[in-house]
Amino acid sequence: MSDERRTELLVGTRKGLFVLEGRPDARFSLKARAFEGEPVEYAMRDPRTGRLFVSATSAFWGPKIWYADALKAEWRQATGVALPKGGDQALKRIWVIVPGETDGTLYAGGDPGVLFESRDRGATWELNRALWEHPSRPAWRRDSGGLSVHTILPWPGDPDRLALAISAAGVWLTDDRGKSWRQGNAGIVADYLPEEARATAINLCVHGLERARERPERMFMQFHGGVYRSDDAGESWIDIADGLPSDFGFPVVLDPADPDSAYVIPVTTEDRLTPEGRVQVWETRDAGVSWTAHGDGLPQRDAWLSILRKSFHGKGEGPDLELYFAATSGEIFGSSDAGKTWFAVASRLPSVQSVRVAR
Amino acid sequence: MAVVRLRGQLEKLAGGAQHQLAGSTVTELLQELESSNAALEGWVLDERGVIRPHINVFVNGEQATAETPIGEDDKIEILPAISGG
Repeated sequence: MSDERRTELLVGTRKGLFVLEGRPDARFSLKARAFEGEPVEYAMRDPRTGRLFVSATSAFWGPKIWYADALKAEWRQATGVALPKGGDQALKRIWVIVPGETDGTLYAGGDPGVLFESRDRGATWELNRALWEHPSRPAWRRDSGGLSVHTILPWPGDPDRLALAISAAGVWLTDDRGKSWRQGNAGIVADYLPEEARATAINLCVHGLERARERPERMFMQFHGGVYRSDDAGESWIDIADGLPSDFGFPVVLDPADPDSAYVIPVTTEDRLTPEGRVQVWETRDAGVSWTAHGDGLPQRDAWLSILRKSFHGKGEGPDLELYFAATSGEIFGSSDAGKTWFAVASRLPSVQSVRVAR
Repeated sequence: MAVVRLRGQLEKLAGGAQHQLAGSTVTELLQELESSNAALEGWVLDERGVIRPHINVFVNGEQATAETPIGEDDKIEILPAISGG
């Protein structure tokens, strides 16, 4: 492997941000730390500008978004990341920050089921009022992790189209850049609800959602008991969990080069841990018709890992696709051959809440 | 006016430790603190105007509540709660 091939990971932990760097076939080294002692829920680097973003929820001072133009630069607090003053709710957490499709635009999602938009490279943010004031909001339900906009999927090349995943309020779609929202839940079966309630249920607990870059109407979902595919931009969903050891899990990752690809990490329904103490990443290359397990290099006994929904990410595409996932136990694993083999990236970190490839 | 003493991150954000502020209750004083120091907005009070859960406010050395009355010569300190684990 070329010495020039290096990867940088932003690791959000319960005790701060850890920036790791290394060749994608061996342990990474610690490059930097920031927000020491603070719970960092999410960190990302905007690939368009190189700007770094961190969402951190201090136990004392509340949730904030911070940004910096270099790891050693001063972190500045973004403004506008709050709910309307004088209301009866307060912002609890920012779950995710993603680049939009127009220059300078970013989106952030958080708890209680809120979306923010920035049009100035992340310095100032504005609450999306249409989602905040949606008439169905009183029927939305918190899950054990909160009421979270945890996934935001722009449509490549079309800034008007966006999909959101909300736990537990299902999939939401807009075609007018967030002026109006509609649900995209047809076909999802929430087996945690009584049968009579399923057809009209809004409290749907989506855990992970991704869109295929080369075929944006193709999406994959890891549900709270179910794995699904959509071929119509999230309007309806097809069950593709057959062949997996468990249909429960949190994150899903795609190979950007292959719209028929998806990777999931099944965990048990009962305790949300890797089944039978074995860590395996499961891959489909035929849109969910069949699944292949990958465990080469991963612990295959006595490994009871919990992998959270933002703790699995990729870099590159095709045969050289790199994949990284982290556990709340503080371990990170990586693959540089699209999941065929795995190596230990880091261990003994604080409990990991998110992992993103920065570059 | 009452004197509010800040420490740590709040002191840094406000650009100083001592602040003379007017307000008849703890909540009013904290509202005045945040409105006169834009960098502090949302740090002590959340959007509802409620004191964040792990913040302690002391008035003349005694732990106060949001409704505790404030007098002209009172000394107020805002401190994060003790944390562990």
